[in-house]
Amino acid sequence: MTVNRTITAIALGALLVSGCKTVEPWVKPYERAHLADPIMSFSRDPVSDAHTSHVYQVREGARGAEGGHGGGCGCN
Amino acid sequence: MEAAVAVTSSRAALLVLAILAAGTAGGGVLPEDRADAMYHSYDGGGVEVTGPSYLVRKGDDKNFSASVNYYVDSISSASIDVVTQGSPYNEERTQWSGSIDYLHADTTISASYANSDESDYKSDTYSLSISQSMFGDLTTLTIGYSRGRDNIYSNFDPSFRQDADHHNYHVSLTQVLTKDLLLSINYDAITDDGYLQSPYRNVLVLNDPNDPSAGTNFNTPETYPDTRTSNAVSANFLYYLPYRATVGASYRYYDDDWDISAHTASLQYTHPFGERWIADLGFRYYRQNEADFYANVFQRPDQQNFMARDKELSKFTDYTLGFGLSYEVLHKGWGYLDRATLNLRYSHIWFDYDNFSDARRSLDNGYSFDADILQLFASVWY
Repeated sequence: MTVNRTITAIALGALLVSGCKTVEPWVKPYERAHLADPIMSFSRDPVSDAHTSHVYQVREGARGAEGGHGGGCGCN
Repeated sequence: MEAAVAVTSSRAALLVLAILAAGTAGGGVLPEDRADAMYHSYDGGGVEVTGPSYLVRKGDDKNFSASVNYYVDSISSASIDVVTQGSPYNEERTQWSGSIDYLHADTTISASYANSDESDYKSDTYSLSISQSMFGDLTTLTIGYSRGRDNIYSNFDPSFRQDADHHNYHVSLTQVLTKDLLLSINYDAITDDGYLQSPYRNVLVLNDPNDPSAGTNFNTPETYPDTRTSNAVSANFLYYLPYRATVGASYRYYDDDWDISAHTASLQYTHPFGERWIADLGFRYYRQNEADFYANVFQRPDQQNFMARDKELSKFTDYTLGFGLSYEVLHKGWGYLDRATLNLRYSHIWFDYDNFSDARRSLDNGYSFDADILQLFASVWY
């Protein structure tokens, strides 16, 4: 049983390592037109988003983990 | 009265915003060079808050980008707490913040500092974050830490001085799932230590615990625990529709050791018209339960160790409906400028409290109010 577990762990580990070597971007650079569109951003206007977050934070008990970060295609 | 409460909350806001500012840059790309000038307004529940916000960001087109933000809240308050426990007041809060981002290969290191100042609350916040872009720029992992230190004063007692410390630990993951779908997962752990209550607000106590008809009084100050630890996690999706428009959906769960838990859900739709106009439509829902030491009315002044009657610690729901319109003034640039936009955003929020009431009226009826939020701003890219 222990041997089986060890073999399974090694096999999974090998799979992960080999997987790391062969990770290919599944969205190709030429497929990123939509991701590069300015409307595809979690935070288009920082002054607006900062004010909106502030309005909620002073009136609600919850805080943190607000909105998304970044966006766009990261292809500059 | 509500000033200190508002600023206590705004301190937490500053802490979170600082870490967001420090983590704005993606793993492999610096933020765009831009400047924004905004007028903002909040009007609701007897409170008016207006002011400007100016943001300038400039980079060297290679490795560095820096930003400076100046923000003002001019507050005129006759809120429910103020009219039941004190008298209306005016005051101003000013906030300076700055950040520097350094990009090397797929790594961005960001540092920021913010200072907030008003007559009875001063705070400094330092923040550091690192973003790493991976897997062909499809994954961005960000970790950040922020530290805030506050000094709390009383406008009525010159000898009053208290302190509070805040730590914020942040992790976020932004993932390109498909060529049309983005996911951002965020986690924040925040710890507070020190004076976390208002020096002004009192709790409502029955005059005679055996006879509720004998009336109530506001003679007992609030007492909060001096530590608080919270966890918040959110998932945010952004999807590019088959035509040029996006739909965003977000959910956040919040939990802390004051026994407050909250759910936040929002939907956003963005639709460009032609080459110059972009319209936004959004809906947001928020629901929280009360802190374990909150009560609308206490039976006795010494009922328990910790006692609060801050409506932000009560059980309540709020809904927001908002829209925005953006017009591209300089579509093809002009001289030094690449483009420029004029923007309007308007939101209406409805607050509905389950166990907080207007003490001047029946204590059985929940308090409610609504508010208008307006943002007018111009942005230029260069």
